[in-house]
Amino acid sequence: MAPKIIFDNVTRRFDLQDAAFIALDRLSLDIADGEFVTVVGPSGCGKSTALNIAAGLLKPSEGTVLVDGKAVEGPGPERGMIFQQYALFPWLTVRQNVEFGLRIKGEEASRRREIAERFIDLVGLRDFADALPKTLSGGMKQRCAIARAYAVDPSILLMDEPFGALDALTRVQLQDQLLDTWSRERRTVMFITHDVDEAVYLANRVIVMAARPGRLKEIIDVPLPYPRTEEIRLSAEFMTIRNRVWQAVYHQ
Amino acid sequence: MSEAAKTTRLAGTPTEGQGIDYPGLALNLVGLVAGVAIWWALTAGGAVGLPPPPQVAARFGDVIASGQLATDIMSSLARVLTGFLLGVILAIPVGFVMGWYKVARSLIEPYLQFFRMIPPLAIIPLAIVTMGIDETPKIFVIFLASFLASVVATYQGVISVDKTMINAARVLGAKDMTIFLRVIIPASTPFILVGVRIGLGSAWATLVAAELIAAQSGLGFRMQQAQLYYDLPTIFVSLITIGLLGLAMDRILLVIERRLTVWQERV
Repeated sequence: MAPKIIFDNVTRRFDLQDAAFIALDRLSLDIADGEFVTVVGPSGCGKSTALNIAAGLLKPSEGTVLVDGKAVEGPGPERGMIFQQYALFPWLTVRQNVEFGLRIKGEEASRRREIAERFIDLVGLRDFADALPKTLSGGMKQRCAIARAYAVDPSILLMDEPFGALDALTRVQLQDQLLDTWSRERRTVMFITHDVDEAVYLANRVIVMAARPGRLKEIIDVPLPYPRTEEIRLSAEFMTIRNRVWQAVYHQ
Repeated sequence: MSEAAKTTRLAGTPTEGQGIDYPGLALNLVGLVAGVAIWWALTAGGAVGLPPPPQVAARFGDVIASGQLATDIMSSLARVLTGFLLGVILAIPVGFVMGWYKVARSLIEPYLQFFRMIPPLAIIPLAIVTMGIDETPKIFVIFLASFLASVVATYQGVISVDKTMINAARVLGAKDMTIFLRVIIPASTPFILVGVRIGLGSAWATLVAAELIAAQSGLGFRMQQAQLYYDLPTIFVSLITIGLLGLAMDRILLVIERRLTVWQERV
């Protein structure tokens, strides 16, 4: 089967006053349909740049990103995105936030409500459907953002350090919930993180990147079965893979 | 604290500004009474040359009875509201255009920054020469003051909308027009409302001076008349009325602001 996402020799330069800075240097990478890929690396390794190019929010200087064989020209609802800072619309309730993309699609009210309800349930926010974001904790805000991204039925989820602003406990809870959601509503996921444990726990494959210039360093397979559990998190196999990723990230 | 507990506590907190703060109100009242008492004590012997509270109260009674106060209030309010509304109605679209289109911003901004530096009162001589001495120059000066104050706030609001929020709308499929209507406008509403309140303050601040231009009635005009006759109680009546009306209008705007921005996280 053809890969879902193809990064084909993607380079991105940013022009500074005196020098061009290479944020991403000739990245080539295939991501399979339904795969959960995490991208980990030090800051400045171009991981967010790569994600933003895939989202269509940033243009590559050279090379292309193909989704389902077609070059990405701009943002599109088949590629949902989740941000570290949640980016919820604070004047809308949880339900209205989740319905936002459906409204743009032109779905009628009853259908919008039905879809929103389903994803709000899926992320466990049923009791907060009519609450404003300001009354939610960080973890709940991110769950709302996940429901909002899912509602427009994207085939790809692009996640930019989505749990980066959360405390360690909430983070672990949300990792489990995300995997649970993903196993029930299978999508292709590209997930950026700087947390090695998180990268290994979630992924089929971990993409390790290096900085200056931002480039692909190593791809490490994670042959652990889903559903991932606490047992797996504490197992020797997990530790072995985790150590490999750690070495790749920190000893560049 | 667990996530659920945290949320319940937050959800249970009454919305800011909705509960009535009785001890605070009581202290406000004490402050007011004390102020009047000090004023009375200072002026009782005629030592400072100012009228004591009863004399001002009596004058209030006179001008209310004769209908003069009502006439003055109507004239002044009509000027302030016309100038203020015109200013704000123009300022909001101009602010949006400046915030949204970089070209428009670059074209308009030099003028804006320049005129902001000229006190609206300094425009009065020019306004009289070019617009005569009827209502037009008075309203124009008030309009200018409130326009300049609120246009800057609106455009600051537009340019400070979180870029991530705009990107979030884009990846959900929103095009420019939708982003403008459904993201930029609501996100900048708090800034705009602050601008509107500043605009109202500027409008009132300009009123008295605007009524220097050959007015026949109005609170500012009445004060200038009173000045000629050394009529201190009338000056006090006008000052107090202007203060009270400004305060009342500001409170009304504050209530509207709270209503429209309940969603805002307040620290």
